[in-house]
Amino acid sequence: MSVSAELIRELNEARARREPIALVSRPDGGAASLVRPGEDIGLAESALDGFFRSGKSGLADLAGGEQVFLAVHVPAPRLVLIGAVHISQALAPMARIAGLDVTIIDPRTAFATEDRFEGFPLYADWPDEVLPGLGLDPYTALAAVTHDPKIDDMPLMAALEANCFYVGALGSRKTHGKRQIRMEEAGVSEDAFSRIHAPIGLDIGASNPSEIAVSVLAEVILRLRGAKSEKGQGI
Amino acid sequence: MDRHDPLMIAETWSREGRSVALATVLETWGSAPRAVGSHLAIDSEGNFEGSVSGGCVEGAVISEAIDVIETGTTKVLEFGVADETAWEVGLSCGGRIRVLVEKVTL
Repeated sequence: MSVSAELIRELNEARARREPIALVSRPDGGAASLVRPGEDIGLAESALDGFFRSGKSGLADLAGGEQVFLAVHVPAPRLVLIGAVHISQALAPMARIAGLDVTIIDPRTAFATEDRFEGFPLYADWPDEVLPGLGLDPYTALAAVTHDPKIDDMPLMAALEANCFYVGALGSRKTHGKRQIRMEEAGVSEDAFSRIHAPIGLDIGASNPSEIAVSVLAEVILRLRGAKSEKGQGI
Repeated sequence: MDRHDPLMIAETWSREGRSVALATVLETWGSAPRAVGSHLAIDSEGNFEGSVSGGCVEGAVISEAIDVIETGTTKVLEFGVADETAWEVGLSCGGRIRVLVEKVTL
């Protein structure tokens, strides 16, 4: 007949935990329910996938012919920056303007200072101490920009493991080749490793930290939204 | 989470023992200021949080919501330029929207 307060409480708890979830309402007056990715509500799995991937709400026809409405809630996209470097100083405010929640991690206390990143969540700790608490997920982008394998390697592998929607690493092709050898020795498959965007950023000829930040942000947005040309919408 | 989040408000108000309805934008056509899936939480006194339009049809949705709270019957409302009442309630942006209003039960 309606939506129960209990259901709304459960929905809000899932949202607070950054879990994708949808409120299924019945315009004909039936009782509302909740659905999570992969669950069966009489909707084709690919159709349900589409709702969660796009994050867009809408009407859907169930196999039984009933029309339902899915109010889709996916976590806000987030950008985790490994490295409180000059590029990050430009990238953090740009990413925030673009609607991403930004977090910065760098164990080097000379870099990770409040003065350099005023108003941003900042951790002057090793990534392996911070990341478990942040909970990397498919709605998170991770960019490792310290150049230092001791700092960058662990979060890159954690981001691949968590299926982050974007994983990028600063460094030349040669640096990236060495990274591949280290990571494959650590058990990362070739397939997984190929998901790392390196050298980081779209190739726009960026030549200073701010321009590199633009190229990284553009690459993150491209991974998040997909190119219009690939979706057949033209540019 | 934003303290004006209508779903958080709906939960809080229900817990406080207030009677609540939840309005949701089901479909939009043309120029519509709020995306499909946007929510508005309303209580029986006409207090509200959130939006289903740029403020054009909220008044009408709120009065319908109070009725939904009393009767418990789900309603689907449609507002658009083709509909004279839409002009009366002021959907001046030129779009058309369909809004679901359902009671939040305890």
